[in-house]
Amino acid sequence: MTAESHFLAFDPAQDFKLLFLAFVLPLVGYVIQISVGKRLPRQGDWLLTGGLFATASITVLMFAKSLWAAYHGQEFRHHSGDEAGLWFHWFYSSDTIANGVSNVSAAIFYDPLGAAMLMVVGVVSFCVHLFSIGYMHGTPRYHIFFANISLFTFAMLGLVLSDNLLFLFIFWEVMGLMSYLLIGHFSHDPSSGYFHKWATKACKKAFLTTRVGDTCLLVGMVIFFWKFDTFRFTELWRLSLEEIARHQAVHPGEYPLWMTVGGLFIFGGTIGKSAQFPLHIWLPDAMAGPTPVSAMIHAATMVAAGVFLLGRCYPMFTPDVLNVIAAVGTITAIFAATIGTTAYDLKAVLAWSTISQLGFMVAAIGLGGVVAGLFHMVTHAFFKACLFLSAGSVIHGCHHEQDMRNMGGVRKYMPITFACMLASTIAIAGIPFFSGFYSKDMIILRAWEEILGGRFTGASFFAAVGLPIAAACTAFYMFRMIFMTFSDSYRPGTVESPFAHHGGGHDDHGHDHGHGDDHGHAGHGDHAHGDHGHEAHGHADHGHAAHGHPAPAHAHAASAHASHGHEAHAKDHGGHDAHGDHGHAAHPHESPLPMVVALCILAFLGVFGGHFWLADPVHSLKFWEHAHTWFEESVSFQSLYGAEIGDKLAAKIAVDEHAAHLAHIVALSVSLTVASLGILVAWLIYGRGWERSQRVAGKITHSIHAIYEVVKGKYFVDEALGTAIVVDMKRKDEPRYQPDASVIGASMHFANFLGWIDRNVVDATVNLVGRIGMAFGRGSAAFDRVVIDGAVNGVGMFTQTFGSVVRLFQSGRVQQYATFAVFGGLALAAWLILL
Amino acid sequence: MGLGAYIAVSAALFALGIVAILVRRNVLYVLMGIEMILNAANINFVAFNRFNQAAGATSSLDGRMFAIFVIILAAAEAAVALAIVLNVFHLFNSVKPAEADLLRE
Repeated sequence: MTAESHFLAFDPAQDFKLLFLAFVLPLVGYVIQISVGKRLPRQGDWLLTGGLFATASITVLMFAKSLWAAYHGQEFRHHSGDEAGLWFHWFYSSDTIANGVSNVSAAIFYDPLGAAMLMVVGVVSFCVHLFSIGYMHGTPRYHIFFANISLFTFAMLGLVLSDNLLFLFIFWEVMGLMSYLLIGHFSHDPSSGYFHKWATKACKKAFLTTRVGDTCLLVGMVIFFWKFDTFRFTELWRLSLEEIARHQAVHPGEYPLWMTVGGLFIFGGTIGKSAQFPLHIWLPDAMAGPTPVSAMIHAATMVAAGVFLLGRCYPMFTPDVLNVIAAVGTITAIFAATIGTTAYDLKAVLAWSTISQLGFMVAAIGLGGVVAGLFHMVTHAFFKACLFLSAGSVIHGCHHEQDMRNMGGVRKYMPITFACMLASTIAIAGIPFFSGFYSKDMIILRAWEEILGGRFTGASFFAAVGLPIAAACTAFYMFRMIFMTFSDSYRPGTVESPFAHHGGGHDDHGHDHGHGDDHGHAGHGDHAHGDHGHEAHGHADHGHAAHGHPAPAHAHAASAHASHGHEAHAKDHGGHDAHGDHGHAAHPHESPLPMVVALCILAFLGVFGGHFWLADPVHSLKFWEHAHTWFEESVSFQSLYGAEIGDKLAAKIAVDEHAAHLAHIVALSVSLTVASLGILVAWLIYGRGWERSQRVAGKITHSIHAIYEVVKGKYFVDEALGTAIVVDMKRKDEPRYQPDASVIGASMHFANFLGWIDRNVVDATVNLVGRIGMAFGRGSAAFDRVVIDGAVNGVGMFTQTFGSVVRLFQSGRVQQYATFAVFGGLALAAWLILL
Repeated sequence: MGLGAYIAVSAALFALGIVAILVRRNVLYVLMGIEMILNAANINFVAFNRFNQAAGATSSLDGRMFAIFVIILAAAEAAVALAIVLNVFHLFNSVKPAEADLLRE
């Protein structure tokens, strides 16, 4: 069987068209949905989900082709322009017209990384669509929601398939817009109460925060274009290495400064999009969007784009940039993981977990472990999507309660969700034979290789020590979440949470939406589900305050649920009609079929996502050999960047066999130790009953009170940046922005200071010049008036005066004249006689 | 009695004439002053003619002739002046020179 004939061989004539179809389908779906979606049966959800199914199928097929090629040792890097003549020439710039090839053109670039990423995007998006059918059922703007996530998917597909930085950036921006629209989904829905207010702010925050990164990316992009005159990745890689070689010929061992600057700017894009410290602030608040959107953002799209960008631009980064990347990634990983241990909101735990895992990926790429970082991105996408959708399922089942303290015992009611969530949790915690273990271990391995291989830098040491700590925290908080949510017994209303049902007035509100970040958002909201038909949830009047749960150490399961009748409740997507007088009478219930199916698909992929790449699954199960995954074979430096460039890059991070072997053993023992340690601690604290856990956790938090408060306050980054969102349901109007002691406040003060300088120094100088000019003018005017006019007037006045004096003699009296004549004559005579 | 006495009379007459011209308010007295000045000049003519004869020469009548011309002139002058005074009187209804100050214009 030859490569050409096999149905899994890549056929440029057909397959680029298929890829293009997969890419355009969501866009077509979007256009149809936006224009006629509301009038379609079921508001068109089947249309988009079907379209996404087609897209997912194509991406899986294409991915299989990439694996097939890798299995047969063939190179799998395809460019639609070069191979099939499929170009989109946008415009020509500078002197490249002579070559007949524009330097601003686009084509499909499909390589093993693109294949893997495309598959992830297609499959996860399909699952999210499927899940949304159940989750979003009956909510306002249902069809718009589907249209938006479809376009979101389209943007990510385009980003992955783009062969150049410019089009990557365009899709990157489309994704920014779609995340804004989706996070703000509830901002158009006043009936969603708490979420309405929160989403309105959160979507702006997400958009503006990522915008900071986008601007950096744009600057970096332009720096590279300015030097290389091209946006094509393949060209950029080649030219970057040539530029470095040229520079090092003159200055041995040094790297061009402009490449470092440009690389840092490109990394700035990743900081914004992939929620790295300190621009991570938007991601936790992105939970204001519907849960399927969170799954999209946290797994397949958006945050993955930043890591994907790093993978695409890796050869353009100088060692300095890579050190910065590694350091930032490690900081983010530890930082977010510690915060994750204090969160009480189910989705907040997952959000911080995502940030932490993104830190792992970024750190890995910074350490030269491009393969490890991208591998983790792929495996993480599956299990994190599964976790989010499971969380959505739990929240859906628990009547939109999100506070884990008000859950517990959900396992009994939602067995499938529990199984899926547990599998994904094990995967993310890093238990062997689950996908997360392989990828996370590979990252830690990479850090230790750097150290043991003799390339000891501050960043690599920091990563080698910091990443295992973050991994331990990950295992701890994920199992804390599992224990809090699923073990013991159901305990609604343990703490006052903004999600809890208000009493009164919501005759037909089925799902009360609410959210509670752990820093006390007052109030809550109700999310209208028009067609559900529920009675009012009498809840407010049963008074939680009276129970008094001041400290977590004591909060007992208030009233459990023994006293209220368990009326039967409709199973179909949550008709919670029987709330009785307590308000939480109804049990959690398993989610409807589409949601469960989506969960199962993702859980399967979450567990086995790493195994797709095990070259020899049986052999690879010996876990000292585990790191040799197929992913590493298929996605390597050579396959990513071409043999020539790949060899050079691989040589840079190569270590000798002894060091590599040692690093394997160290990394394996470290990652096993931290994972089991984290799980053990989680079990000790949270696994042995709710009341006991509250007692133990209370003691611990009391003993490290100061540290706990700082971590629980998320290190006050939001406060420092002035971007904290405080939702106050009691206020009707939005409070005016008050400058405070934060970065934004400080920049406002600085702006005021500059304004003061402008007014008092710059303006003063201008005014001074003006005044001097005016003074000169006045002097000139005075001279004119006094001297010139004075001379003119003086002559006149003198003449007048003289005339008036002389006129006195001109009396007209003859005798007087005669007198003058006589005296004149006498005077003359006297003069003649005397002299 | 020498030349000095004549000159003294003449000078006195001249001075009186001047004073009359300058200070008298009536124009007729002014005219009389003019006459007095002319006559002072006549005295001089005549006196110098009498005392200034060259020795042995026939006596000259030059001075006396000038005196007669002056008398004639004075008569003509008086006629013209009186005519002017008459017109002035018609114009200003006064014969006081201080009031006839049209020359000022």
